Amino acid sequence: MTLDFSTLLPYTDQILHGLMTTLWLTAVTTMAGIALAIVVAYLRDGASKGRPTLVSRLLGGYVEVIRNTPFIVQLFFLFFGLPALGIPISATVAALLAMILNLGAYTAEILRAGIDSTQRGQHEAARALGLSRLQSFRHVVLVPAFSRVYPSLISQCIIVMLGSAVVSQISVFDLTYAANFIQSRNFRGFEVYLVVTLIYLLLAVGLRLAFEFVGRRLFAFRQGGSA
Amino acid sequence: MFACVKNRFSRQLVLALCCTVVAGLAALSAQASDLETIEQRGTLRVAVPQDFPPFGSVGTDLQPQGYDIDMAHYLADQMDVDLKLVTVTSANRIPFLQTDKVDLVISSLGKNPERAAVIDFTEAYAPFFLGVFGTPDAAPVDDAAGLAGKTIGVTRGSVEDMELSDLAPSDTTVQRFEDNATTISAFLSGQVDYIATGNVVAAQIAERNAERAPTMVFRIKNSPCYIGLAKDNEALKTRVNALIEQAKQDGTLESMSQKWFHTALPDDLSS
Repeated sequence: MTLDFSTLLPYTDQILHGLMTTLWLTAVTTMAGIALAIVVAYLRDGASKGRPTLVSRLLGGYVEVIRNTPFIVQLFFLFFGLPALGIPISATVAALLAMILNLGAYTAEILRAGIDSTQRGQHEAARALGLSRLQSFRHVVLVPAFSRVYPSLISQCIIVMLGSAVVSQISVFDLTYAANFIQSRNFRGFEVYLVVTLIYLLLAVGLRLAFEFVGRRLFAFRQGGSA
Repeated sequence: MFACVKNRFSRQLVLALCCTVVAGLAALSAQASDLETIEQRGTLRVAVPQDFPPFGSVGTDLQPQGYDIDMAHYLADQMDVDLKLVTVTSANRIPFLQTDKVDLVISSLGKNPERAAVIDFTEAYAPFFLGVFGTPDAAPVDDAAGLAGKTIGVTRGSVEDMELSDLAPSDTTVQRFEDNATTISAFLSGQVDYIATGNVVAAQIAERNAERAPTMVFRIKNSPCYIGLAKDNEALKTRVNALIEQAKQDGTLESMSQKWFHTALPDDLSS
């Protein structure tokens, strides 16, 4: 078998298009997913001090449903299920929504581990010093919790980026869609998937480096620097 | 000793080769049954599919059923002979004809030069085409330019995907799905209002979901089915052609199309 990468040249546009889609899907998902996770963690944290409320039960249900079902099933549920219920949803919106909901649930659980490891007394001390509940959550609970679970968070975001390959199944033109498309045209599967594998690898390494860069800025206090 | 074995072995080999050649010659020289032979015999032998609905499949009563089977019944009735159905696969339907095991092949057979070199074809008797299908209220378009602005679902890498990619204007959105089942789901769930597929697949969707039965909007590629028969069998060919023409005129084909494809015959088949 001989490799012939020149057969890919006419499809450079498709690969670039797919790469851009994967990149922006990952970027939006990472930001929205983490934001969703913070809200979920905040609402669940507030409730965990007393008896579970309806909201915390509902949020717990959301986290468990997402974490205990396959991503592709969640995706198909949104893509095929919602229109059947009379709610029109495009492939891109379905993909984005599924990815955000997925990352949100996993990150909420990761954050909960970080929050649980924060001493309860620290929280109470902040309240005693006159910080509001939101202020103490933000400065005393959330940031230290984030810094503790940051490596897990990076891994989770990379998993979601790689998992985004699944959205090609509902015709979203991401990197995997481009690879499948090219493979169905020039029948050079090995060359195409080799190139796409390398691109995913570079994306994952790049994403990790970017996260670590941001982490060094955000959690400078851990290295003894000033925040 | 060794020489003797070798000798016997080669003798057997020669014998086997001879048998093969003789059998082959016998098969090749099998005289195709002409119209007269069929009428004397009183039986029309027809090769039909049993694995390709709605052309031919096995019903719940274990009897073959489908468009091709109805066609075979129609021909036998009109010729006033009994019908003997022989089920074939797509790979062996032409050899069955060449070795005079059947008189006609009514098995969703498409015409191509390779086949035309070894067998004869009658006129087209059944529609087989790739097209763009829409929801029941979708309006037909005259040419590919009419597909502009539409979102069309298609199975990636299929023949219809290739053809559609060449034909469709640049502002047509082509959504490609992994397999036929996903493409059909996308259409049935309302994710896409148009799909490119074969009329056979469209008929199957219509069979199961009458309220979202696909209607033909634009024909991408036409490849109608023909009845195959042995070469140089002019009398039989003329008779079958006359009966196909009659079936077009008296609405037999139209009602078969309605029954099995849930849609009207395309213009080039109805007269």
